[in-house]
Amino acid sequence: MLKYLVPLILFVILIVFLAIGLKNDPRYIPSPLIGKAAPDFSLPRLYAPDAKFGPALLKGKVWLFNAWTSDCRGCRAEHPYLLELASHDIVSIVGLNYRDSSQLAKALLDKSGNPYRIIATDNDGSVGIDYGVYAVPETFLIDRKGIIRYKYIGPLFPDEIYGTLVPLIKKLKQEPA
Amino acid sequence: MKLKTTSAFLVLILLSTITLFVNAGVEVREFGDATQERRYHKLIDELRCLVCQNQNLADSNAQLALDLRNKVFEMVTSDKTDKQVTDYMVERYGEYVLYNPPLDLVTSILWIGPFVALPAAILLLLIYILNRSKTKPVTLSNEEREKSRKLLAEKDDQA
Repeated sequence: MLKYLVPLILFVILIVFLAIGLKNDPRYIPSPLIGKAAPDFSLPRLYAPDAKFGPALLKGKVWLFNAWTSDCRGCRAEHPYLLELASHDIVSIVGLNYRDSSQLAKALLDKSGNPYRIIATDNDGSVGIDYGVYAVPETFLIDRKGIIRYKYIGPLFPDEIYGTLVPLIKKLKQEPA
Repeated sequence: MKLKTTSAFLVLILLSTITLFVNAGVEVREFGDATQERRYHKLIDELRCLVCQNQNLADSNAQLALDLRNKVFEMVTSDKTDKQVTDYMVERYGEYVLYNPPLDLVTSILWIGPFVALPAAILLLLIYILNRSKTKPVTLSNEEREKSRKLLAEKDDQA
């Protein structure tokens, strides 16, 4: 009896591990930045290149930092949902226009609407590197102390926005600055 | 004839794109000395490109890989240590960027596992072999011996 049971148990364990492996998303890599201060920077703004934007400007506020480009499909997919989220006025969405042409970025926003309160233009991608951006769109949630509390890789869809993000934003707003 | 030249031209274009792929990571760079160059190549070999995941920075054509190669070059030529370069990458992308994982609690199974698994396998095999040789050879009773002899004889008759 044991002779058959042991291989069976080993087989079941193997299957369980393989099943877990199937559900893992290889694109998802846990960010080491969660729980750390959002890296500082000073970048020109898309619609006001002479004015700079840096995370220090939003200290004391909970804000979303969304890395995007005009030629990225995932960004277009999440665009209407970002617009909707922006219309609820729960959180400021700041864009990081990552390695893009400002002209194309503006053209896209003119056509399909602008969910961002501010857009920082990261033309050489150096701020993207500091934030560990490797696949746009990526979204960071930064708390009132300027600490990254959450990161989402890939397009934000309503399930994620209203299931995880909005409850977390509400919670972070309660925390002291 | 014209078709032939066109197709030859197309093949040439195809071939040239292939060499472009092979040459990823071979930007022309001016190093201060040979040590810097060696360290640069070793580092980009050991760091993973996060966009293509199964390629290192040296092999990848992704824009991010190019940016990170530039960063490694910049750090190596400004006399940063190898550790400073890998720490820089780990701070941003996590330990996943290292093809050579460090020994810590999470990776300990990875490092120690083989050294435990091999002796365990050998031990199990030995136990199995020793047990097998201990089992007594099957002995037949006189009755059974007679029966089997008869069976064998029958077979001979048929042949």
